Amino acid sequence: MKHHADLAEVFNKDEERVDWHDETLWWVRQKRDKASHQIPDWEELRETASQIKLNVLSDLANYLEQFEKQAIANGVTVHWAADAKEHNQIVHAILQEHGITQMVKSKSMLTEECHLNHYLEEQGIGVIDSDLGERIVQLANEPPSHIVLPCIHKKKEEIGEIFHEHLGSKKGEDDPQILTETARTHLRSTFLTRKAALTGVNFAVAETGEFVVCTNEGNADMGAHLADVHIASMGIEKLIPQRKHLGVFLRLLTRSATGQPITTYSSHFKKPRPGQQMHLILVDNGRSIQLGREDFRNSLKCIRCGACMNTCPVYRRSGGHSYHTAVAGPIGSILAPNLDMKQYADLPFASTLCGSCSNVCPVKIDIHDQLYKWRQVIIKEGYGDKKKTLAMQAMAFTLSNPSAYRIAGKAGRVVMKYAPFAVNNSLNPWYKQRDMPKPPKQSFGEWYSEHRK
Amino acid sequence: MKVGLFIPCYVDQFYPNAAIATLELLEKQGIAVGYPARQTCCGQPMANSGYEHLTEGCNSLFVDNFAGYDYIVTPSGSCALHLKEHLHTKKNNGVALGMRKKIYELTEFLTDVLKVKKLDAKFPHRVGLHQSCHGQRGLKLAQMTELTAAPFSKPAALLGMVEGVELVPLTRPDECCGFGGTFCVAEEAVSVKMGKDRVADHEQNGAEYITAADLSCLMHMEGILHRKNSSVKVIHIAEILNGVKEEVV
Repeated sequence: MKHHADLAEVFNKDEERVDWHDETLWWVRQKRDKASHQIPDWEELRETASQIKLNVLSDLANYLEQFEKQAIANGVTVHWAADAKEHNQIVHAILQEHGITQMVKSKSMLTEECHLNHYLEEQGIGVIDSDLGERIVQLANEPPSHIVLPCIHKKKEEIGEIFHEHLGSKKGEDDPQILTETARTHLRSTFLTRKAALTGVNFAVAETGEFVVCTNEGNADMGAHLADVHIASMGIEKLIPQRKHLGVFLRLLTRSATGQPITTYSSHFKKPRPGQQMHLILVDNGRSIQLGREDFRNSLKCIRCGACMNTCPVYRRSGGHSYHTAVAGPIGSILAPNLDMKQYADLPFASTLCGSCSNVCPVKIDIHDQLYKWRQVIIKEGYGDKKKTLAMQAMAFTLSNPSAYRIAGKAGRVVMKYAPFAVNNSLNPWYKQRDMPKPPKQSFGEWYSEHRK
Repeated sequence: MKVGLFIPCYVDQFYPNAAIATLELLEKQGIAVGYPARQTCCGQPMANSGYEHLTEGCNSLFVDNFAGYDYIVTPSGSCALHLKEHLHTKKNNGVALGMRKKIYELTEFLTDVLKVKKLDAKFPHRVGLHQSCHGQRGLKLAQMTELTAAPFSKPAALLGMVEGVELVPLTRPDECCGFGGTFCVAEEAVSVKMGKDRVADHEQNGAEYITAADLSCLMHMEGILHRKNSSVKVIHIAEILNGVKEEVV
């Protein structure tokens, strides 16, 4: 299995593309800055959201039961899924019950996390993603590279190629307006012919049993309103206590995500329309375990805005696919090790701990501190590299013993030989594209003993 | 006021001029500065790599060295932040935890404790100020572009007291340089790309020098500048504030 560093190295082979990717996402980060700086009480809003989510996480079981009770009273069928497999089986069972073999699905990172499409395809059920970006990566047979902008890694010329191959657009067509129109026509017929639609859930309101789905394309509404069966999948952390709290979260979500004041559609679903069935699947899939990890609990506050990805200097220069997990970037790197510590042991190290992610996070998750803490857990659990452990032990010994340190330092400043940037040879990654400073004649310690004693 | 000078391992070994400038700068303010001879490292190289459990030796050495000082000052935002957040020992934890509050990065100490209002220094150059992340976002040495809050910058204010310094504006004023401790080799490709981009920002905006309150960032950027034979030089902020002599540069 490839690690983030290897995949990022491949991504960096095409520097022009890295620059383009970096600039594109930086532009989104700047839009976010512009939008958030216009709200004088922005920082207070973040704090409020963070506290509301903390309240939810502190009493999650009761909020879930309250929500379930209200939803059932509204006529919604509520399902509980302990893990991804159970979630996928529930979706499949609902479709089977209605003899449905084709489904339309709007954006849901949870279903990416559960690998639902793949599972359903194995059961002979076709899924069409209706979010434009998701549809593009689906046609390209790739996972999304970003939770809000799934095909941000693709240039419009490449999208033109994909549409030419799959949707019959003119070869060489790269006009975004025409390409969007092509997708629109294609998706319109999908919406009209599908009997089942699956949506994600951005916020679920415990007091009313309703849920809110935010999209810019209206594709969740198109799917849900035309289908006989609406299935909504949500992680159990998506709850907020009361409807009025939406006033906090809806102001934060899209300003953080894209710099828009609000999503074009913030659709409230409460009860099935006459003749329709509405199913809601509450999915745990590791969330209870994360809730039990005191240091990492706050990661469940995440509202999936993607701001931490757009601001992350590593994400912008390595691309979403280098994180080899459904949710990429800084937030993904603190969520994924909870699901599989071995498989995702590399991700908490794919950061400089610069802290920009924590500053843009609308619910104030201490993302970079959690990355640091995951590193400690991963090494202690034995998922570190053995060679690195030996080097670290040697370095710790030298730095704990002043006389060893002085001797090591004198011998050509080799105190750094255990440190990353060692002797100048081609095996040391430091020197591939960088030089080291020339060792000075004296260390400061040596200079001091001559000049100040 | 008894001030203990902490010179981080790689500064001691590779950048003695920055350490000397820090010492002289503090002495010029009339401060009695002690330099405990048995000091080595803050322990961050191990801790950031996930080996915080190996830092006990480093930490207790640090506590032994600096017990008895009113303030501990270091010319490195990153080391200061690490000590403030993580210094602990098994045998003397009360002292270690108390010590966290006494640790200051140099520009923070000059601004907040000594309240320096003027400096006798001259540096007639166009200077790009690199906001090292741990100093900026960790120690809050300067306002962060992500936040909706009033701007300030302790290092920039100090540089403003030096005759002739012309601070160049940067296109991305607080983007990380990509050093990141062991990240610089474990994620070599991204680290170097981040460094190249950071350096290019300074170059395109006409900087002759890149300065910072952290030498680790500067060492990384210097390595990239040197490899591509750039004329842009790096210099630690203490050297500018201390009134660097041209020939010593």
